[in-house]
Amino acid sequence: MSLTRRGFLKVGAAVGGGLLVEIHAPRLARAAPPGGARFAPSAFLRIGAEGVTFVCPEVEMGQGVLTGLAMLVAEELEIAPEAMRVVPAPADRAYDNPAFHVQLTGGSTSVKSGFDPLRTAGATAREMLRAAAARRWGVPAEEVVAEDGAVRHPASGKRATYPELAVAAADERAPRHPPLKSGGFKVIGKPLPRLDARPRVDGSGRFGIDVRVPGALVAVVVRSPVPGGQPRTFDAAAAKGVPGVEAVIRIPSGVAVLARGYWQARQGAERLGVAWDDGPGAGLDSAALLAAYREAAGREGRSVASAGDAARALAGAARVVEATYTAPFLAHATMEPQNATAHVTADRCEIWAPTQGPGVAKEIARQLTGLGSGQIVVHTTLVGGGFGRRIPQDYVAEAVRLSREAGRPVKVVWSREDDIRHDLYRPAALHAIRGGLAADGTPVAWSHRVVTQAIIRQAGGDFVAGALPFWVPTAVKRALASAATAWMARTDETAVEGTDHIPYAVPNLSVEFVEQEPGVPVGFWRSVGHSHSAFAVEGFVDELAHAAGKDPYLFRRDLLRGAPRHRAVLELAAARAGWDRPPPPGRFRGIAQHASFGSHTAAVAEVEVQGREIRVRRVVVAFDCGRVVNPNLVSGQLESAVVFGLSAALKQEITFARGRVRQGNFDDYPLLPFDECPAIETHLVPSEEPPSGVGEPGVPPIAPAVANAVFAATGKRLRALPLALPA
Amino acid sequence: MIKLEVNGTVHQVDVPRDMPLLWVLRDELGLTGTKFGCGLGLCGACTVHVDGAETRSCSTDVGAVDGKAITTIEGLAGEKLHPVQQAWLDADVSQCGYCQPGQIMTAAALLARKPHPTDAEIDDAMSGNLCRCGTYARIRTAIHRAAGQGGR
Repeated sequence: MSLTRRGFLKVGAAVGGGLLVEIHAPRLARAAPPGGARFAPSAFLRIGAEGVTFVCPEVEMGQGVLTGLAMLVAEELEIAPEAMRVVPAPADRAYDNPAFHVQLTGGSTSVKSGFDPLRTAGATAREMLRAAAARRWGVPAEEVVAEDGAVRHPASGKRATYPELAVAAADERAPRHPPLKSGGFKVIGKPLPRLDARPRVDGSGRFGIDVRVPGALVAVVVRSPVPGGQPRTFDAAAAKGVPGVEAVIRIPSGVAVLARGYWQARQGAERLGVAWDDGPGAGLDSAALLAAYREAAGREGRSVASAGDAARALAGAARVVEATYTAPFLAHATMEPQNATAHVTADRCEIWAPTQGPGVAKEIARQLTGLGSGQIVVHTTLVGGGFGRRIPQDYVAEAVRLSREAGRPVKVVWSREDDIRHDLYRPAALHAIRGGLAADGTPVAWSHRVVTQAIIRQAGGDFVAGALPFWVPTAVKRALASAATAWMARTDETAVEGTDHIPYAVPNLSVEFVEQEPGVPVGFWRSVGHSHSAFAVEGFVDELAHAAGKDPYLFRRDLLRGAPRHRAVLELAAARAGWDRPPPPGRFRGIAQHASFGSHTAAVAEVEVQGREIRVRRVVVAFDCGRVVNPNLVSGQLESAVVFGLSAALKQEITFARGRVRQGNFDDYPLLPFDECPAIETHLVPSEEPPSGVGEPGVPPIAPAVANAVFAATGKRLRALPLALPA
Repeated sequence: MIKLEVNGTVHQVDVPRDMPLLWVLRDELGLTGTKFGCGLGLCGACTVHVDGAETRSCSTDVGAVDGKAITTIEGLAGEKLHPVQQAWLDADVSQCGYCQPGQIMTAAALLARKPHPTDAEIDDAMSGNLCRCGTYARIRTAIHRAAGQGGR
């Protein structure tokens, strides 16, 4: 997702920058870390007799951030990363993500945001430890060196470990600008394994769904099958007749059955027999929605990018190519279904949840309970996948409401069907593009309309409310959030990203956003707008190459002459894939590149087509994310993105009929299975540029690379996701 | 009362015979290493061993395993990690980790059956275990690695 820093500076201007001053205050020394450590030079580090502890400000949801960020601290602290204890941060403004001004992990921002602050945190502690050692030994500070978790004075042979120096170091003055390494890294750049792998293989890891609070009931919520529907009648007595069921409670999102365990609650829920008032959402229908989007593409939208005069250039072009690309709604389908545990009492609210935003969870609890910041505790558990689903936290709100009503701890557990039918979906999108070519095949015009929902219109409020200081009254927060959200939605970057900065040399460009709001709940889905815009742009570029009679790789390469990083990954992927040689018999190649989250990705897919079946056999990915902190983790994220991208390219769609989601489990919303996983090769561009995003940028080029390969194989241009060859 | 031998310990549980084994393990016995993913045997996150054979606990009535020996991820290791678990660490397989107990239980059962599986045999065994993080390539590497070390 990409609610960018730029976006928030805009909000700051829109709602009155003064309020944001507090938010911009430096993170160092704002809050003491938990645990009562002896030496806590910042919110991120504490050093005491028990050793060195790194408090990781970002949420680990599989992307390896705990390891990657620990490496940044360790590099400057001069300690082996595995010698530190790494713990997730509690919900506290000290751990706000500087990209969002909320404590939230997303937008592929963690390493980018943390690179300087966390190295500085390590360096600050290192300098204070050195100063303490020099003072103790009566030697000049320049003569002592920090290395491997200790300070040494080589001349005298004296040595003291960081824990031994912790108490003294706490009395030293924090340096204002501790020196940071510019090279010669010992830790950064090494392919270290995950520091937190062990509990994930021995069953000891505690995910949100594994939380067991004494006295807790498990709640299953029956929600309206149609977005916005309300229960008319239900049979609470029948549900309570199931042994183990203890309560039935109506909450805004549906009717909850609370029982001693999940299975009992589920049995009770099946007996509720809820009759629903569907409301206006009952008209939702995927075919009608697509028709409406097609019609909307004929209307003028709000301009999000323009250069030259696209209309005139199209009119004068030797050849015009026109195509419409579509992408469906998609569910996140994290392997761990949504869940949360809450314990609300008169003066305290405790939450355990798999969440991408502990700060968002805290704000939700504050708004629902009216409790103060110090009375709300959020425990971040292991998170069984995020992909953007756990930024909005409807499931946390359910747990808080139910615990308050039930007067005891409650764990809400969603089924897979709940998860797939009540997601905040990747918005469906339609891209209508016209391109003009000169007689020699050179593109002269690109005119593009993006028809989709503005995620910000639905999700922006949580961000803005969460970014505002805790003390701002709820009513004020809501008013500000509403105003800012409406303002941001006009040209929502999450709707048009990937279309508004086309890197190809096309002199006349027009990109417009035609906003639609069919009432489908939407949210941030790994790579957000890029997930559909890359499919459209890279498919269309392939069409232009074909119309110009040129090789799709060489055509792109030539047009990327003003975009060296795009061009470099394209060349690397083509070289490693052997683009200049024919593929093995029966295989066909497609290529795509796309920049997102500050990073650049190119992919070559090799496919086989038998009948209507598309099998992807090999994917070669080239990636430039600036300086690579941990190549093992970056490669892992790219492998992950290939599989995630292929699931969407080949298998997944959420469709509506009579307002109801037609899919419900992995049989009709499939994930790419093991035996369809292609050979994946990842190649990282060596770089000393500042780090940029890693978790998401691998996804966007996958679908177009496959679609372009299918064209190479069959001559059929597939312009709708998921890709399906006509019968 | 139903008698279950789980990881070598005998339990008597007073639950309906049609309660899924998964929820007996998780909610009654507190063994939360076995995961809930789909409830229909479609994803493999809930895989355990029943008398050594991999079994989807979410769609197995507890009554059907009365008196049988069940191994969960918590009971797979002896004094040292099981070779499959160690191979998972060596290949740095896990991302979010939620599906991995099920993946590991399926792989361990495969290697117990076929100590040196071919890629096709690995495909057959593993394709019912879904991973949203897409760790399949590393899972394959880890299984080959565990097979090279005896695998059981």
